[in-house]
Amino acid sequence: MIRVGVPSKGRLMQDTFDWFGARGVVMRRSGSDREYSGVVEGVEGVVPVLLSAGEIPRELAAGRIHLGVTGSDLVREQLAEDEVAEVAKLGFGHADLVIAVPAVWIDVETVDDLDAAAAGFRKAHGHRLRIATKYHRLVRDFLQAQGVADYQLIDSQGATEGTVKNGTAECIADITSSGETLRANHLRILSDGMIHSSQAVLWASRVAEWSAADLAAYAGLAAKLGIVARPF
Amino acid sequence: MTPKAAIRAEGERLLSAFVQAGAVPVEADILQPAGTLLDLYGEDIRARAYVTDDPVRGEMMLRPDFTVPVVQAHMAHGAEPARYAYLGEVFRKQARGSGRASEYLQVGYEVFDRAAPEAADAEVFALFRDLLAGLDLRPVTGDIGILMAAVRGLATSERRKAALLRHVWRPVRFKALLDRFAGRAPVPAGRVALLERLKAGTPAQLIDEAGTFVGLRSAEEIAARAEALVADAETPPIKATEAALLYDLLSLEAPAAHALSHLRGITPMLPAIGPAVDRFAARLDALAARGVDVSTLAFEASHGRTALEYYDGFVFSFLGDGMPPVASGGRYDALTAVLGAGAFIPAVGGVIRPGLVARLKGAI
Repeated sequence: MIRVGVPSKGRLMQDTFDWFGARGVVMRRSGSDREYSGVVEGVEGVVPVLLSAGEIPRELAAGRIHLGVTGSDLVREQLAEDEVAEVAKLGFGHADLVIAVPAVWIDVETVDDLDAAAAGFRKAHGHRLRIATKYHRLVRDFLQAQGVADYQLIDSQGATEGTVKNGTAECIADITSSGETLRANHLRILSDGMIHSSQAVLWASRVAEWSAADLAAYAGLAAKLGIVARPF
Repeated sequence: MTPKAAIRAEGERLLSAFVQAGAVPVEADILQPAGTLLDLYGEDIRARAYVTDDPVRGEMMLRPDFTVPVVQAHMAHGAEPARYAYLGEVFRKQARGSGRASEYLQVGYEVFDRAAPEAADAEVFALFRDLLAGLDLRPVTGDIGILMAAVRGLATSERRKAALLRHVWRPVRFKALLDRFAGRAPVPAGRVALLERLKAGTPAQLIDEAGTFVGLRSAEEIAARAEALVADAETPPIKATEAALLYDLLSLEAPAAHALSHLRGITPMLPAIGPAVDRFAARLDALAARGVDVSTLAFEASHGRTALEYYDGFVFSFLGDGMPPVASGGRYDALTAVLGAGAFIPAVGGVIRPGLVARLKGAI
């Protein structure tokens, strides 16, 4: 039986169900609304496992699910390259991880400017320029690759756009789809501040045990979905 | 002996050799306050060091190196001159599949001496050479001081020089800045647009028009940098001849004696490097006096320019095939000033990895 992790609520769950449904694999939640279990019709040997989208990377890495649908941002942030394989981009859940600074920073347009502003800020304020984010690894790798110095990452697990106004950070790195929340909080995206362009992806766990029966079930599922015939 | 015991035995052997050379053995805590290390190295250190949380002491790091605690201890209550030696584990995160150890022993030797820095450089290098003799390692040396002197001597604005010096340890960023300041790279589109916008009014007006003011970075700071950007756009590029010398210097790789004559040759065109080249010459004399053949010793002007370093003068490594550097070290005068809160002492030192030495000797 291959276990497929799918988001357990909201838009992401519905889009996932729709994506599978459009390919003849009907998924739905079973039992009451509070009970996170699901059923699948149209394919053999597959069982859906309803999980919070944020937990799906961890479950893939632990090998407790064979397949899983979640954002590429979460997987790239939490997992190493060789723990999962990308099976299919699903074309929804688009969001960009970007760096945004106060709109009044008229002297800062690019990452290069941010680096220079950080140097000046540290001199003037005695501490490094604070960037609020929950994507520590992606942001640090991005800034390190560009040779940015004199910044520090501040952990923010929610309402990140508000941290600048509240004085706990100088700028932010966060997910945005339309940029509206950023503008409402008087922030502006750096012109070359795109760290990761995320969308929902169907991942295969390289850690999970894939028996011959599992691979056969996967092949059946793949034929229906029109995706690669082997998970990796 | 188990591998760990064999490695520790090798470490003890090296430590006692350092003590015999006049060092006082010192210890350092494994748990180091994260703040000091973060201030020195920036966020990049988080990708390499293990961070843990203490409800009382705050964020702590598993010791990623000994230099910082040893310098701190010396600055707090060391007598001068001083030589220290230490042996203990350091902890570094490694990429998956790299096969590199994330916990290993380091044995080190540090010299704090004002009297004769070049002699101290040679002392440390020669001591390491003797202890690693017979292992068929390739020594490589460098001198970040020459590069820094060349930057300080450029005929350009102080602001540009400061930007280059700040990124000496980040070769990619350094090169991007130099290319721009020398007019070799076009001004990025973002900067062109920015300069265009800045012409539309005074900084105060533009800030006002940009919307609600948020954040700790003040309007004065923003305006000051906006004005500096406009001034910088009017600064002429670094002269082509001068820039060519700097590019040449960055890529200089030659036997040390040959590198010295090359540097002597370009000093008239880049007089600012004169004192640094004199120090380089004095170091080669001191190395030769200790029996180092400087006509074959490898010198690379960009050696030691990696992030998470703090060397600002002589640097060296002893390299083997298919393994991390077996030993490395260098001069870190500026670090003592940073950690010494105003106090300062020239310092040079290095570390050896006993695990790699034991492997090369076939002991594990």
